[in-house]
Amino acid sequence: MKKSVFLGALTVAGLSAGVAAAGTLDDVKARDMLNCGVTTGVPGFAEPDANGVWQGFDVAVCRAVAAAVLGDSTKVQFVPTTGKTRFTALASGEIDMLARNTTWTFSRDVDLKFEFVGINYYDGQGFMVPSALGVSSAKDLDGATVCIQTGTTTELNLADFFRANNISYEPVPIETGAEAVQQYLAGACDVYTTDASALAAQRANFEAPADHVLLPEIVSKEPLGPLVRHGDHEWGDVVRWTLNALITAEELGVTSVNAEELAGGTDNPEVNRLLGTEGTLGEMLGLDAEWAKRAVMTGGNYGEIFSTNIGEETPIGLARGLNAQWTEGGLLYSPPFR
Amino acid sequence: MSDTHSHSVAFVRHDQIPAAPPPAGETGPLKWVRENLFSGPFNTVMTLLGLYIIYSLVVGIFPWIANSVWGTENIRECREITQGNGGACFSVIEQRWQQLLFGFEYPSTQYWRPTTAFVLLFVAVAPVLFLNLPRILLVFTGLYPFLAYWLIWGGTILIPISAALGFVVGYFAFKRLEHNSFATGLFGAVAAAVLTWWVTGFLVGAAPGLIALPEVASRNMGGFMLNMILGTICVSLSLPIGIALALGRQSHMPIIKWICVVFIEFIRGVPLITLLFVANVVLAYFFPPETSLDLILRVIIMITMFSSAYIAEVIRGGLAALPRGQYEAADSLGLDYAQATRLIIMPQALKISIPGIVNVAVGLFKDTTLVSVISMFDLVGMIRGPILSSTDWAGVYWELWAFAAALFFVVCYGISQYSQWLERKLQTGHR
Repeated sequence: MKKSVFLGALTVAGLSAGVAAAGTLDDVKARDMLNCGVTTGVPGFAEPDANGVWQGFDVAVCRAVAAAVLGDSTKVQFVPTTGKTRFTALASGEIDMLARNTTWTFSRDVDLKFEFVGINYYDGQGFMVPSALGVSSAKDLDGATVCIQTGTTTELNLADFFRANNISYEPVPIETGAEAVQQYLAGACDVYTTDASALAAQRANFEAPADHVLLPEIVSKEPLGPLVRHGDHEWGDVVRWTLNALITAEELGVTSVNAEELAGGTDNPEVNRLLGTEGTLGEMLGLDAEWAKRAVMTGGNYGEIFSTNIGEETPIGLARGLNAQWTEGGLLYSPPFR
Repeated sequence: MSDTHSHSVAFVRHDQIPAAPPPAGETGPLKWVRENLFSGPFNTVMTLLGLYIIYSLVVGIFPWIANSVWGTENIRECREITQGNGGACFSVIEQRWQQLLFGFEYPSTQYWRPTTAFVLLFVAVAPVLFLNLPRILLVFTGLYPFLAYWLIWGGTILIPISAALGFVVGYFAFKRLEHNSFATGLFGAVAAAVLTWWVTGFLVGAAPGLIALPEVASRNMGGFMLNMILGTICVSLSLPIGIALALGRQSHMPIIKWICVVFIEFIRGVPLITLLFVANVVLAYFFPPETSLDLILRVIIMITMFSSAYIAEVIRGGLAALPRGQYEAADSLGLDYAQATRLIIMPQALKISIPGIVNVAVGLFKDTTLVSVISMFDLVGMIRGPILSSTDWAGVYWELWAFAAALFFVVCYGISQYSQWLERKLQTGHR
């Protein structure tokens, strides 16, 4: 008798825990605020400006989700996380989603129980060396000291690359990107390695960018994307399709400027479905019909977000490369809105 | 008789020679230089070496200061102006000083609030630090924590008022019940205070907007303000807790003694950074997602625990240094434990402990920068995170760290000078 009561109580507790964990979308709506995990600062991807307003490529994803769910892109509580605290912050429920230069890997997806909802930046790990060193290939780096951020996939890729090529290196572990650059410039290491986008961005801010070269080798795949907790598929769908809406909007030529006009109705049914004038896509997500329109009008479509934050006109100066639409030779390929 | 020698001695001087100035090498700056700087081969070498170091520093730093740039929008404009002449780019401090002082999320229209709280802090601590000020000022000191909370966090003024009211009611309950026994007084006081808070809780709920300042969440605190908040609160809390722990460790009651010993030894055996990670990361797992305890509060609890363990050991050192006769003298006067401790033991033990306590306080204040590793944006966190990794200011290291060092130096040097003054003032020995 006692045992069955105990088991029953356990079951109820388990069920209620499951219910509580399953409603991130409802939690966000009830709170009227999206808790979004970002970095403590990566140039162009997430940084507070002089007025303390978060700006950047990853931040734009958070704002688009907030606009889609809550109708207001300012209803985001940005929670800065470090490489070490990001996963516990998400797992413990402190944040609803993480948009923080996080590489989609098998173990993070499966073992750490997260769900990557898509890829918003295709990156790869590169090497930067002073041109005075006269190195033209990463395979010449035998015995080099390498500055590297701890707790990241780059650390593991580096070990793999050097082991595969049977050459030795000496790691100099460093906490943040800014400190790694400082150490590298101060000569504490011969090589600085991290994602190629960050290398390019940081080199752009050097006093003499021409004195440093990026080596041609890209030693890893770094698909960066937003992620949510495993098991809450409604919420995962909202974030996934908000990201897809931004990508599809670029593909279909929907911009922050013309979205309002196109929402009046067009000849292209997919545009109509995206902007909510046809079909019930928003309702299926548990949102209203205009969710995607609001997401696009927040910071523009994927291409607009890219060019205002990290594109070639900005000091970061990244080319689209792999991150162009599939129609233009890139890898961006959103499933259809149907 | 007077001219006896006038024939045998050729010349007798009648007036005194005016005193000649001492040789040039034995006076003034020259003598000082010779005696202090060049008194031997070793010292000569050291002096020359020192001069060379000073020269190199000046040569290194002078262009940095003299060519420094103010008023640019970002580091690229700075570099255009300096053109590699080594000038500093102080524009970053001009552009971001609010963020360095208040964090980047504190609403800029409300900066007057922490500033006022900071100024009032001096008024509040003055009567505690300087005993010749009128004692009536202590009333303000007692009110200050509630006032500062209201200023910095905002919300209705009823919250701090009801909190203060609870303490006042508790105090009077203690006074009423104290004559029974200390324990009765203590429990009565706690019960009365809790009752007051419970009752006034309804009042606060009923009028949430009465004389309210816009609320600022703990998450939005940052910059040097956060260091000051953590430092001030933790030092002032850890002193009484540390005293209690030190007395508890010397207690003859085994349970109290062992609780204190275990607490102190455990906390001292764990690095502060570990405690902070526990506060930030691990505690979140133990709370349901909706009721997470405020992060600043968690950090305050951890830092206070850490420093009170250290202060307890410092004070225990002071207690151990007191001659046994002092305890016996107090007993022979018929004082009970509380009276003896308050009137005889503690004043002497604390006086001995001043340098140690100040040491812990200064160290603690600087340790508050460790919160930057758990992604709180104190002064160091602001520099390491948002500012150094912004597109505008990536690459400006020296200027920012020099600014941070200057702020911390001012505060820590001030604390240290005060403690030296206090030691001189309390000096009653015959050293």
